[in-house]
Amino acid sequence: MSELRFDQVSVRFGTGSRAITAVDDVDLVVPSGQVVGLVGESGSGKSTLARAAVGLVEPSYGRILLDGVPLDHRAGKRRPLQMVFQDPYSSLDPRMTVGDTIAEAVPRTAGNRADEVARLLELVGLDAARANAYPGALSGGQRQRVAIARALAGQPDVIIADEITSALDVSVQGTVLNLVRSLQRELKLSMLFISHNLAVVRYVSDLIAVMYLGRIVEFGPADQLLTDPQHDYTRELLAAAPRRGTTSSSPYPSQRTSA
Amino acid sequence: MKRTARWIAVLRTPVGAGAGVLLLAVLLLALVAPLLWSHQATAIDTEHLLEGTSAKHWLGTDNLGRDIFYRVLVASRTSILLALIATSIAVVCGLALGCAPTVLGRRGGRLATAVVNIAVAFPGLLLALFFAVVFGVGAKGAVLAIGLAGAPSFARLTQTLVAGIEKRDFVAAARIAGVGRFRMLSRHILPNIAEPLVVNATIGAGGTLLAFAGLSFLGLGVQPPAYDWGRLMGESLNSIYVHPAAALAPGVAVVIAGLAFNLFGEAVAKGFGVPVLKGSRLPQGETAPAAEVDEDAVLVVKDLHVSFPGPVTPVRGISFTIGRSEIVGVVGESGSGKSLTALAVAQLIESPGQVRAAELSFLGAPLLGRAAVRSTAAARRRLLGTSFAMVFQDPMTSLNPTMRVGAQLAEGAREHQGMSRRQAMNRAVDRLRAVRIPLPERRAHQYPHEFSGGMRQRAMIGMGLMGTPALIVADEPTTALDVTVQRQVLELLEQIRTENEVAVLLISHDITVVGQVCDRVLVMYAGRIVEDLPASELYTGARHPYTRALSAAVPDLDTPLDEPLAVISGRPVDPAHYPSGCAFAARCEFATDRCRTEDPALVSHGPAHQVACWNPQGSAAWQARYPGTESIRTGQR
Repeated sequence: MSELRFDQVSVRFGTGSRAITAVDDVDLVVPSGQVVGLVGESGSGKSTLARAAVGLVEPSYGRILLDGVPLDHRAGKRRPLQMVFQDPYSSLDPRMTVGDTIAEAVPRTAGNRADEVARLLELVGLDAARANAYPGALSGGQRQRVAIARALAGQPDVIIADEITSALDVSVQGTVLNLVRSLQRELKLSMLFISHNLAVVRYVSDLIAVMYLGRIVEFGPADQLLTDPQHDYTRELLAAAPRRGTTSSSPYPSQRTSA
Repeated sequence: MKRTARWIAVLRTPVGAGAGVLLLAVLLLALVAPLLWSHQATAIDTEHLLEGTSAKHWLGTDNLGRDIFYRVLVASRTSILLALIATSIAVVCGLALGCAPTVLGRRGGRLATAVVNIAVAFPGLLLALFFAVVFGVGAKGAVLAIGLAGAPSFARLTQTLVAGIEKRDFVAAARIAGVGRFRMLSRHILPNIAEPLVVNATIGAGGTLLAFAGLSFLGLGVQPPAYDWGRLMGESLNSIYVHPAAALAPGVAVVIAGLAFNLFGEAVAKGFGVPVLKGSRLPQGETAPAAEVDEDAVLVVKDLHVSFPGPVTPVRGISFTIGRSEIVGVVGESGSGKSLTALAVAQLIESPGQVRAAELSFLGAPLLGRAAVRSTAAARRRLLGTSFAMVFQDPMTSLNPTMRVGAQLAEGAREHQGMSRRQAMNRAVDRLRAVRIPLPERRAHQYPHEFSGGMRQRAMIGMGLMGTPALIVADEPTTALDVTVQRQVLELLEQIRTENEVAVLLISHDITVVGQVCDRVLVMYAGRIVEDLPASELYTGARHPYTRALSAAVPDLDTPLDEPLAVISGRPVDPAHYPSGCAFAARCEFATDRCRTEDPALVSHGPAHQVACWNPQGSAAWQARYPGTESIRTGQR
């Protein structure tokens, strides 16, 4: 596993006066074997940053480096970054079996594909016989496991998880988070874990970055950032995150009464 | 497989079956007619030139004395074959143009799109005539002309379908996995757009048949001695007043064959677009006379059932009451029936769904059953229109994007309260201010897309406040919003409750949201309420294993980091097959044999607390208070 570094990355959409800067001069490091949690509200540029890393979006400025080498997204090259998407109902091809979907991501050099698919399915806690199932026969949590297996199939150096539990029921969310954590520890994965839910990010991350209006406003070790937030927006996020037994007469006064 | 089942379902509908049989007959005719009757069709009988209907020649003869009836039958092959070839040309060219943007990359794709855009702008028939002139008169030229003329519309359809699929995440995922362009097209895109394309090609074949007949009729298509229906029509046209049958017969053949293609295509489209429901008709709602009216209750629901043909009953026997200015939360996983409960209360369950209840009354007025029929539908609508408000999950789709926000708010008030336009607009601005939208006068004149997600949701709530609502039903009102905005919307709901004495029914999958603002929480599982408890006891006093598991499964900022998260193993129950015992038994670690055989009823466990469980948890206090109660366990296994 290796280190992913965003070096002054900006992503702009459109041209001229109507251009929108989705990601604004972001410096961020995902250290080797660690999980960086990225939180922020929708539209803050979290997903755009992820899509830039895997080459779905072209950064307009800056570089994205893996172990100091700029990423090459041209076809035919090995893809050292893999991504797990938010919606497991949209991220699996409904016309392809689970096994084919995973096999497609297995590199040609990896030996017997069927064995590799079976190994990956077992790794994410699914029965290897599920390889012949179509996504329609799986529950949301099982689909998300398949999506994780597909990401691992590419033997990536870094995994990017973009809101992978947002579309799941809470009862399933726990199983997926547990899986992500155990896999990460077992395989020493470097991971960029994106979520709007601070409690979820806190649970899986070593480091947390807070993104607001396209910029990283705070970045630091998870426990430090949560106990001693420096930026106003981080404080607001912390205040808005529900805690057990919090009722409306909460100790956190609402800071923005109108938006 | 499922797809085969769908095809069978299509053929079972009356239109599908009729069109299928007709199409098969037409294709069979095209296959066998030339083999059986080509001799009769070409036999020249110089003694009977241009004759009318007779016993020997049913439809008369043409200028060489050939039998028109047989000629019409034999012409079916040429007509249909040429139409099919032309359609294939249209589909292949259309596919190639439509898929080009995927394969060619950005610049080439833009060029292909431009070509299609320009080609679509020309009328099909004009293109066909143009190509017919280019390719020369004759069957080959006509096939090419009609095929190419049909290509642009197919290209446009393909482009739209491809664009829709390309937006899906699995295409992005495949791209990240390093899948090449052609493989992407063949493995991921084409299989997913095949069905609508096939359907449209079938319908297109009918149109092509007609267009071909048209060209041949004009003399631009099939040339003698070959003949098709259009040609036959053209030949017999001169004598249409003398021998109408000879001219009409090929016309009728074109109509029948065209109909066969079109109807079949339509039937398939319908079958694949809308899931075909089958099964027995459900019994009509039977409603007991309303019991004594609870003066304080805003909403009374007794034994509510929602069912769909299948039969599937996602809500089965729910009872609850909402008092004045009370906030009641409903939590549960997806598929637990919580949203359907909200829709049933709002009278928004559409056919074939059915709502049954022993009682469903709003402000003392029954909404369902015999009593409700007596009170006129208009009165009911006015009552719901002014005293009842609904807030949906996605504020972008529940506001009309083409109407200004203020006008949308005003619409209901003019309809139900008889306000003038100016009054309604003033009220709308006032209500926008009430839901704390800054600069409401200016905002009222904006469109929904100019509002942020949180503001749209406020506007929806403001719309509910146009009347003097007694109840707001909010179905996942904050799910699509950011946490910081979510908090503001919840606070707004609370504030409205206190200021306007409005009761709120808040549906959410998120137990923390419900715990934050509600007075009382109903926990739903598999279409039933399994626990009804005060929100303050949600984390400390919950008895049902499901409620406890649900609240334990949500990580919060105090979740210990060194242990795995609590999970609920197994899957929710399929609403088509409920088990005989407790629906949660299969996932419950405390389940006993009794749980698997007997369904527990919702019974009182102390004041304002009801639980449907044979083994309620954490009930030491309960046991001390009511000694001797059976099968209560306090220990953990």
